[in-house]
Amino acid sequence: MRITGRYVLKRLGIFFLVVFVAISINFIIPRLAPGDPVRAVLSRMTRSGRQISGGSEMVAAYEKMFGLDAGLFKQYLRYVANSFQLKLGYSISNFPTKVIDLILRSIPWTLGLLSVATLISFLVGIFLGAVLAWEQGKHKTRLYSRFIPLFMIFGAVPYYLMGIGLLFIFAYTLQVLPARGAMSIGAQLAFNFRSIIDILYHALLPGLSIVLSGIGYWALGMRGMMISIIGEDYLYLAEAKGLRPARIFWRYAVRNAALPQVTALIMSFGLIVSGVVMVEIIFSYPGLGWLIFNAIGNSDYTLIQGTTFFLVLSVAVAVLVLDLLYPLFDPRITYTER
Amino acid sequence: MAVVGTRLPAKTKKTSLILKNAKLVAGFSIFAAMLLICFFSMGFVSLDLTRIGAVPLSLRPSSEHLLGTDTSGRDIYALMVYGVPNTLLIGAVAGAVGTVFGTFLGMISGYYRGVWDNIISSAADVQLMIPILAVLIVIAAFISELNLIALGILIALFSWAWPTRTIRSQILSLRERNYVALAKASGSSDLKIIFVELLPNILPYIGASFVSAVSGGILAGIGIQVIGLGPQRTPTLGMMLYWSIYNAAVIRGLWWWWFPPVGVLIVIFIGLFMITMGVDEIANPRLRMK
Repeated sequence: MRITGRYVLKRLGIFFLVVFVAISINFIIPRLAPGDPVRAVLSRMTRSGRQISGGSEMVAAYEKMFGLDAGLFKQYLRYVANSFQLKLGYSISNFPTKVIDLILRSIPWTLGLLSVATLISFLVGIFLGAVLAWEQGKHKTRLYSRFIPLFMIFGAVPYYLMGIGLLFIFAYTLQVLPARGAMSIGAQLAFNFRSIIDILYHALLPGLSIVLSGIGYWALGMRGMMISIIGEDYLYLAEAKGLRPARIFWRYAVRNAALPQVTALIMSFGLIVSGVVMVEIIFSYPGLGWLIFNAIGNSDYTLIQGTTFFLVLSVAVAVLVLDLLYPLFDPRITYTER
Repeated sequence: MAVVGTRLPAKTKKTSLILKNAKLVAGFSIFAAMLLICFFSMGFVSLDLTRIGAVPLSLRPSSEHLLGTDTSGRDIYALMVYGVPNTLLIGAVAGAVGTVFGTFLGMISGYYRGVWDNIISSAADVQLMIPILAVLIVIAAFISELNLIALGILIALFSWAWPTRTIRSQILSLRERNYVALAKASGSSDLKIIFVELLPNILPYIGASFVSAVSGGILAGIGIQVIGLGPQRTPTLGMMLYWSIYNAAVIRGLWWWWFPPVGVLIVIFIGLFMITMGVDEIANPRLRMK
């Protein structure tokens, strides 16, 4: 048994701590303002001259939900319980709509963009980084490896700056790709060829910004790992055995160097999600990032809190799952007590 | 970690190593040049030009307004001149506070191990898993009056975990060395061992942590501002980006508005990237191959 119970417990413990920290920040921050949180938010909104429909119903709904008449500790416990059940309350700017419904509506876009673009940039980056390290010091270099330094420079550029550049080139100057949205205006979401093409067409620019600036990052990490593997004895042995170079490259070098990159992927998951949030804002892409951006514009505090909490929770779940699966992929790692 | 024959005995050798490292020199020159231009320009570009309605709206670049003006009547060149140092300030504060805090925790954790190590390592794991932007959004949404320094410190609260991990792993391997055992045997106190024996050896790693913390700090600071929070009256690159995105400057063809902040930010990140690569090559001699 490679995964010990202690390891699983530790990962689970950290997962719950992360969620607790997020919930506690969400609970404490609004209460630093004088007055109860609902009225404070409402009065702040009326002061900024916004019209609120159903204000008194909202206060009533909140008092029922959070039990604002109860003591602070009891409120906190109720808040924690509600958050774990994803009862995130109502959106202030469109009152009877629940925060969780708005989130569920946005998730598919974020998830699609995030997973596809990250996977592509991860795989391409790992391949390029491996080639770069492998061919270092050799006389003939392949054509594509000449582009790698360019990608490395791209890798230093955050997703959204890349996005603004691409927006300028493809949407403004060349006018070949759409500047905003996930579908053509007026198009209905349907599972047919035209709809899918339309969605891909709109996802191309946001996706490309993530892929282009992601590749260099993964390539750089992979290159470092490969360089440290290249001197290993087992590679000389493989060569001495007369194995084909392609086999040595893929099965002996890349396989061993790529696995630690998965750890790097897990570690930077939060950063990637933040990056995607920003890209969505640049392209008005209707995912969670765009939801947060609009919530901030409307001072919709419950929506801001609900959505950011959801982001923290999703990242924590994803990291937990990957952490628990990882030892199954990498037999070198045994999680026993140190 | 250390390869035989790569220890650098003399101090002079270290400085020449820094000067010989093209990436480091290029990276630092970028920042020096950028700050020089800004501080020099402050002499004849007034801060008042960064206020709304100070100049006519949406002018193209001209001899009078070097980089034109935006749709609210602010001079873009003035915004850049004051915005670049402000943006770097957020990153520097976040990076410095985060690194000092992280180095301290990493040293305690790696040197003493035991219970404190468990607590600090778990706390670092927790912090690393929290997307900093998400938490900052919640905090900045409720605290409306954030200034640059406060924003930097706020970011630092969530950027000590990487330095902690880096320093901890270095200390863990260093503390097993013979010279540490020797120092211990000759009766040196823990404090003396940490600061005299261990600290000088991890300086390159502290440097590397600082550079990446600054980079992360600028990224987070810009992120929070682009999303519409944080200081919106002080000129920074993030605030410029927010208004140009909000007013769809790219699609409206107001290139002189969005290009300066985007271009300079790209230069900043590439400069930081080059410094990181340079520091890595010094800290980790294995990478120093052609």
